[in-house]
Amino acid sequence: MLRYVAQRLLLLIPVLFGVSLFVFLVLHLFTADPAAMMLGQHATAEQVEALRKQLGLNDPIYMQFWRFLTDMLQGDFGRSLMTRAPVMEEILNRLPATIELALASIIIASAVGITVGVISAVKQYSIFDYLSMIGALAGVSMPIFWLGLMLIILFSVTLGWLPVSGRTDIGLDPATITNFYIIDSLLTRDWDALVAALRHLALPAIALASYSTAIIARMTRSTMLEVIRQDYIRTARAKGLGERIVVYRHALRNALIPVVTVIGLQMGQLLGGAVLTETVFSWPGIGSLLINAIMAGDYPLVQGSVIIIATTYVVVNLVVDVLYSYLDPRIHYS
Amino acid sequence: MSDTVTSPAGAGAGVQYSPAADFWKRLKKNKLAMVSLAFLLLLVFLALFAGMVAPYDPYEGNMPMSLKGPSADHLLGTDELGRDILSRIIYGTQISLRVGIIAVSIALMAGMFFGSVAGYYGGRIDNLIMRFMDIMLAFPSLLLAIAFMMVLGKGIENAIIAIAIVSVPEYARIVRGSVLSVKENEYVQAARTIGCNDGQIIFRHILPNVMAPLIVRSTLGISAAILETAALGFLGLGVQPPYAEWGTMLGSGRGYLFNAPHLVTFPGIAITLTVMAFNLFGDGLRDALDPRLRR
Repeated sequence: MLRYVAQRLLLLIPVLFGVSLFVFLVLHLFTADPAAMMLGQHATAEQVEALRKQLGLNDPIYMQFWRFLTDMLQGDFGRSLMTRAPVMEEILNRLPATIELALASIIIASAVGITVGVISAVKQYSIFDYLSMIGALAGVSMPIFWLGLMLIILFSVTLGWLPVSGRTDIGLDPATITNFYIIDSLLTRDWDALVAALRHLALPAIALASYSTAIIARMTRSTMLEVIRQDYIRTARAKGLGERIVVYRHALRNALIPVVTVIGLQMGQLLGGAVLTETVFSWPGIGSLLINAIMAGDYPLVQGSVIIIATTYVVVNLVVDVLYSYLDPRIHYS
Repeated sequence: MSDTVTSPAGAGAGVQYSPAADFWKRLKKNKLAMVSLAFLLLLVFLALFAGMVAPYDPYEGNMPMSLKGPSADHLLGTDELGRDILSRIIYGTQISLRVGIIAVSIALMAGMFFGSVAGYYGGRIDNLIMRFMDIMLAFPSLLLAIAFMMVLGKGIENAIIAIAIVSVPEYARIVRGSVLSVKENEYVQAARTIGCNDGQIIFRHILPNVMAPLIVRSTLGISAAILETAALGFLGLGVQPPYAEWGTMLGSGRGYLFNAPHLVTFPGIAITLTVMAFNLFGDGLRDALDPRLRR
């Protein structure tokens, strides 16, 4: 087991190297001259040339990449063209918001998905089963940004229950210790801030959770249906155990193994979806940072955020793989 | 003479079904798949004859009529420039189907090429191709498409290219896996023995046998491509206004959530129904093409 984890961690190095090289090459070979972009349209050719020299843009591409790589390994992604602040600082400021959103979504998706999936399987072909499977089909077919807009129309515009955008109320200045607003407000026992944070989190988290909820519900239903037909479940029933114990103790436990993998894989998917959700709800996370950076042509910021998101994605998928082999001892990796 | 002699194949024809007929028979039994197919055919019809079906010109504004809700004249209302939303949604089928189908076709061809070369030759070439695919898979696909749009620039052609590129690894993986499992079969060895070259073996003998999972995957791939097109359009990176693309319509309707929510309601329903139809039809194809895969 330990060897497998070590092996996977080692394999991470070439993948992340490849990811960095890929992003670097794509952005450097195909985008406009960054020196010209930094100086604006009034710059003379000499000024641009001088800045190119200063930034080392006239060096051979492999030297530029080497410099980029060594800087990156020290946590230095250069400076944003828009704000002049270090890219890493911009990203770290925004990352907690995205993590908070993704965690809230995965909690909603797992809780709702597993519950719906279990009930659907136990009451197969009932009205509940049909309705929830139609809901799941809609969940995988609906663009999440559209669901976000519909939620805003219903809960913010029409009913006026929940706020439209942002992470907290305007005027409310919550203490920022970890930058996770929910944790911060709990730490400082600032209940107003907690309520505000939760109210702002609700709609984006639900929108982002929709696709994953549907996938998890489908997966739970189909594995439960398979497990319920197994001999040991018949044995458990034959022993006279109550239906509840049979379903939750005997069936669900075994059915959950593949579901856990799906939940993990969805964590990775949420990172892609976060870009859209954050744009809809003006959520100040790394996804909306990336979109703003792209719109402004701020390529160091784009480069940094893309690499950070991809790295998170790869690491999450790795953790899921390892967890999977831990949860299901029948699976051996060599 | 020929009247009295029946070939063995002819004798069996009345009883046995050809694989295609057998497939169609199974597909026909799947009601959801058939309803989806009918819906998809309707979309194709709308796309082909948008000019005749749409009640208004999708690009002609009419400011006095702007932001009006659904009415008898404008069944789905009008947008911020007074354009008829129903007509724009009908024209939008052209863009969504075109992007979906062309992007998936490009990705499929590239995936077939890389996947079969990797699987057939193995060794170093396999390693090189598949490690590159692994790197592309290390990105959430929408993120990669967004990055490509930044590099390529906005617009419908570039959206097609970006969506095609990010879907290549998936097809390449499927093809490679199937080629690996097929290439040791006796009929491939037989083809080699009678002197077929590598190209002939790959295209004539191997690829036709790995088509089933590819067709299923492509149908589902179209729905993913339609969602990605809409997402790019919504973010302002894909198809640009004034083009009547569903995601772009959602993006520009976003500013009118408070006074004209119908601007974002109907294009979203169009996307959802279309994606749903491709998903259901893809599931139906999978069950009909390969009963062993049935869930």
